[in-house]
Amino acid sequence: MSDTATAAPSRARTPEGTRRRRRGGPPGEPRAVGWLYVLPALLVYAAFLLYPLLRAVQISLYDWNGNTLATWAGLDNYVEVVGDPALRASFGHALVLIAFYALLPLVVGLVLAAVLGRAKVRGLAFFRTVVFLPQVVAMVVIAVAWRRMYAPDGSINDLLSAIGLDALTRGWLGDYTAALPAVGLIGTWFEIGLVTVLLLAGMGKIPTELYEAARLDGAGAVREFFVVTLPALRGEIAVALTLTVIAALRTFDLVYVTTRGGPGTSTSVPSYEVYNRAFQQGRVGSAAAIAVVLTVIIFAISFGITRIAERDR
Amino acid sequence: MRVSRAERATNYVILAAFAVFALWPILGVVVAALGPDDAAGGTVGAGVLGLHPENFVTAWNQGRFGSYLRTSLLVSSTVVVVSVVFSLLAGYALGTMRFRGATVLFYVFLVGIMMPSEAVLVPLYYDLRALGLTDTIWALLLPQVAQSVAFGTFWMRAWFRSANRSVVEAARLDGASTWRILWQVLVPLARPAVVTLTVLTFMWTWNEFLVPLVMVVSESLRTAPLGLAFFQGQYTQGFTLLAAGACIVATPVVVLYLFLQRHFIAGMLEGAVRE
Repeated sequence: MSDTATAAPSRARTPEGTRRRRRGGPPGEPRAVGWLYVLPALLVYAAFLLYPLLRAVQISLYDWNGNTLATWAGLDNYVEVVGDPALRASFGHALVLIAFYALLPLVVGLVLAAVLGRAKVRGLAFFRTVVFLPQVVAMVVIAVAWRRMYAPDGSINDLLSAIGLDALTRGWLGDYTAALPAVGLIGTWFEIGLVTVLLLAGMGKIPTELYEAARLDGAGAVREFFVVTLPALRGEIAVALTLTVIAALRTFDLVYVTTRGGPGTSTSVPSYEVYNRAFQQGRVGSAAAIAVVLTVIIFAISFGITRIAERDR
Repeated sequence: MRVSRAERATNYVILAAFAVFALWPILGVVVAALGPDDAAGGTVGAGVLGLHPENFVTAWNQGRFGSYLRTSLLVSSTVVVVSVVFSLLAGYALGTMRFRGATVLFYVFLVGIMMPSEAVLVPLYYDLRALGLTDTIWALLLPQVAQSVAFGTFWMRAWFRSANRSVVEAARLDGASTWRILWQVLVPLARPAVVTLTVLTFMWTWNEFLVPLVMVVSESLRTAPLGLAFFQGQYTQGFTLLAAGACIVATPVVVLYLFLQRHFIAGMLEGAVRE
């Protein structure tokens, strides 16, 4: 997609350029009427997404409680994002969640895809339907379900007792050290299906000759995985990471319904801090600053991962 | 590819294990919802075949899910219709026409796909409040149409770009206007892409939590997921009715998924892969 943009200066002059324009840009005659077609979408989008984003940047430069007059704060709110230990901790929690939302599902998904890709198994379509199901269930419902499972008399503790690990049982979401991993594990459960289905689709596109060649060279299952499967899945891995990392950074519903950031602040995450400050504590400027930082991080990650995937291709 | 019997057996075990893992929490809720009401304190009857479908009725009435579902349905269907039409128009222009600024417009819409709604909801709440629009249906509709239109335009543009040009050229030679080409030639061909966009937009709008949480206070404007969160806060004696409520909230999208799962999976995967 960067093709058309970089070719722009030269394309009017050289015949090469004219040809590229035909191929690269949207085909068809030039039509100013295009603007009319774009207008309804653009108006709603600009008014309720772009403009608020600019307003968020503006508000983040003020000290404002949402009601009385705002006072200029310069970059104070941003300094706070870096300096305030509670806020730094919330970004740290987001990092932990990334491990649970993105890395763990990726490892599991890769193993699953590698194992399942080696042999044609019946019922793969049914399996796909089932593991993808969590993706379409409202996060609030998922949170309600897992909250119950994590309860002191919930099924997780029942399971632990049943296999003789009574010592580990606890109220998972009320425990200072266990709460964050417990929330993260819900994310793992939620994302495994997406990642696995994505990787399985990628596996389907790998030509079988590559595997046959590897086998002729005497490669075992493990070597085959690293030499053939992993490089061929680079694109899918990049997409999976982008989707899951962003999902981890944006976690809100789950934390709101399961722990409200507690116990203490042990599961507070940036999105929750934004909500908390803007709508509970009346620190709108600070909330806007966290939101802007979060947005910048998400943009950087999306562009970064896409870039790496494109360069490797 | 040939593999040993043992490996094949292992595969089935792994498949089954992960299927159970994925279904366990969901089935747990369904089973709890159908069990005897744990808050009623043992005074319950035998139920139907040992099941208690009456829990859904009790939850429906106690949790006022009728009202929540009505709001959700109204909001979701409006957002879907408006944003799909707007996306078709914009995607058509960006995918088939050449005009000044088209490339920039495309990137502008692309930004909207990645933008976290947390970032825009803070200023949006205070600006809509100044306009007297918070706690109205508009505060639920407009931000969600804006979000859906970003992905929708991106999605439809990709379809229009890959669409067969010769049909369009033929129609144009026949003297058809751009408007007629869109609605009478291309939209019928685009049906699968439009269905995918429709089910995805419906799912995202139905499941949305943060927008209604921030924007509305009135109980009559609570959507299904928001209503469920409030129900959880009030109903703390047991789990049965909460589970029944959770089933009620999840069912519409899950049923849609079971019938149109190809569209869900393809949309959520390709939507991210394309471009």
